[in-house]
Amino acid sequence: MPKTTDDSIKDFRGVWVYVEHADGKATGVSWELLTPGRHMADALGVELGVMIVGDSGSRLATEAFAYGADIAYIIDGPVFSHYRTEPHMRAVVHLINKYQPEIFLLGATVTGRDLASAIAIEVDTGLTADCTQLGVDVEKRLFEMTRPAFGGNIMATILCEQHRPQMATVRPRVMPMPARQPGRLGRIVREELELKEADIATKILKFFPTESEGVNIAEADIIVTAGRGVGSAENLRMIEELAQATGGVVGASRAVVDLGWISYAHQVGQTGKTVRPRLYIAVGVSGAIQHLVGMQNADTIIAINNDPEAPIFSVASVGIVGDLFEVVPELTRQIKAAREQAAANV
Amino acid sequence: MHVVVCVKQVPDTTQVRVDPVTNTLIREGIPTVVNPFDYYALECALSIKARFGATVTLISMGPPDAVKSLKKCLAYGADRAVLLTDRAFAGSDTWATSYALSAAVRRLSQDEPVDIVICGKQTIDGDTAQTGPGIARHLGWQQVTYSTGVEHVDPDARTITAERKLERGKEIVRTTLPVVVTVVEDAPEIRYASLPGIITSLRYTPETWSVQQVDVELANLGLKGSPTKVKRIFAPPQRSGGEVVSVEKAGLVDAVKSAVDVLHTQGVL
Ligand SMILES: Cc1cc2nc3c(=O)[nH]c(=O)nc-3n(C[C@H](O)[C@H](O)[C@H](O)COP(=O)(O)OP(=O)(O)OC[C@H]3O[C@@H](n4cnc5c(N)ncnc54)[C@H](O)[C@@H]3O)c2cc1C
Repeated sequence: MPKTTDDSIKDFRGVWVYVEHADGKATGVSWELLTPGRHMADALGVELGVMIVGDSGSRLATEAFAYGADIAYIIDGPVFSHYRTEPHMRAVVHLINKYQPEIFLLGATVTGRDLASAIAIEVDTGLTADCTQLGVDVEKRLFEMTRPAFGGNIMATILCEQHRPQMATVRPRVMPMPARQPGRLGRIVREELELKEADIATKILKFFPTESEGVNIAEADIIVTAGRGVGSAENLRMIEELAQATGGVVGASRAVVDLGWISYAHQVGQTGKTVRPRLYIAVGVSGAIQHLVGMQNADTIIAINNDPEAPIFSVASVGIVGDLFEVVPELTRQIKAAREQAAANV
Repeated sequence: MHVVVCVKQVPDTTQVRVDPVTNTLIREGIPTVVNPFDYYALECALSIKARFGATVTLISMGPPDAVKSLKKCLAYGADRAVLLTDRAFAGSDTWATSYALSAAVRRLSQDEPVDIVICGKQTIDGDTAQTGPGIARHLGWQQVTYSTGVEHVDPDARTITAERKLERGKEIVRTTLPVVVTVVEDAPEIRYASLPGIITSLRYTPETWSVQQVDVELANLGLKGSPTKVKRIFAPPQRSGGEVVSVEKAGLVDAVKSAVDVLHTQGVL
């Protein structure tokens, strides 16, 4: 594959987002990416495209238009019914080579990272993983991709000057959802790709869906997180009660997961989930950098800790220095009272 | 069968900081460790060796000091270790790193054809999860990422069956050799190093290869061979902390009330 030259770079125009979907539903991050995508497309004076591989109807395209996309590029066929690297990579590479976008965004999910890594080598361009801030230098048409590195201890802004498209994966729940404008229209471009099942080496033999314990902290509006300070698995009752009073779900620091007090599905942070709830209550969490990177985008953060020096206070909207065994029941009581009063006033 | 495990020596990231004045990394005195995810990759390889029979070769790209990490990994039961070390590799991004490692795999294949390359799912310093798939693409091999383990290898049919961990659940995939597998932390933990293994590793000197030993184009290596460039680094923006109230000073009810008041004004309740 020849390296893109200075001249050929100029032919690349447009900002694209990959729509990852399963069972007819797009992942949240696919739509979240349309927020920075729209912003950059407007700044650069180009169209915002989405790429949909393996959806027979136009329902996802209609959704994408409502969230701000101008064009949907669709490749469909039986080989695309479940995500596999090879067929999906071939489809995306085909679209990139034909339509030449200058910027291409994917969610930093298992599928997004698997696919993006393969595409970047295949089309011979750079890829920046797990970005948390995106910007664009309009004059030079350069995409400025900022990401945490070294476990969140540093931030780095990365450029891909000589190759196109400029590719990034972006963490879920970091970018806000775009406003939905039902009825907003766009163009659909359908492409064909000759690809037979017999040509694909990888077969999915079985799929076991995660037994849903009913928690999906990544999507929750309110999270009450237990840290090691909670002391024991039994004491999590108290955290659950507070979560119930607020209408939220229970999260956990890695220490709590490692101690076996709660399952990994609840873990917030670098090696757990990145969350962006309206309210995050951290109870007995010290606030290690690996925890902070997963929750510091919450709208409001309340921290409860008996150590006034705990780093969690540096990100908290309100900090309460005190013994959590006193503070949590009192907070539960006051929140319940406030809710009951609000209900009575309606 | 020949299985190659990619190992990276990384700084203990919990201790890495940015100098607030110069905005450069403070590297002095930071201890290095074997990338924790690479132990899962190594265990995966050793378990293939135990069940199906294989030669296990370790490769690492890094400074001469990374020999230390290779020797550490050898003690668990690998057969051979190679360090790719050359100034020409310095500053490589994931494109150039996976290019260099793929060249090393090609070189190893001349001695005994490589069937499986196993990497940790990502490193703790770069965190990209791009190098494993990059090696697969540079070699034109299949890839199985985010694996919790290899269930079966069939050397006659030239296939491998492995489990992958996704957000929505788990899947079992079968694909053809040669293949690159990346392994997650849900996979089995590394076994104990045996005493003979430790003694062998102490006596063993890993081979070191420069660009001379591998078939690479210099233009594809290091900073100049890397499509991505770091424009600047900086300390993470601190979200400014708000009000902090103390139960001791304000009393329990009032301290908690000040938090509930904020929830009211922000419309959370
Ligand atoms: C590569 C790597 C990845 C990691 N990924 C993650 C991750 O994804 N998520 C994560 O959370 N961590 C992660 N960590 C671990 C992280 O560094 C911390 O060790 C962890 O977050 C600490 O959890 P904690 O705050 O619950 O426990 P601790 O740090 O032990 O904090 C407990 C806190 O409780 C307070 N406390 C104790 N008793 C009381 C009381 N009675 N009342 C009030 N407060 C009390 C203490 O003052 C203390 O601040 C990672 C680490 C590494 C190296």
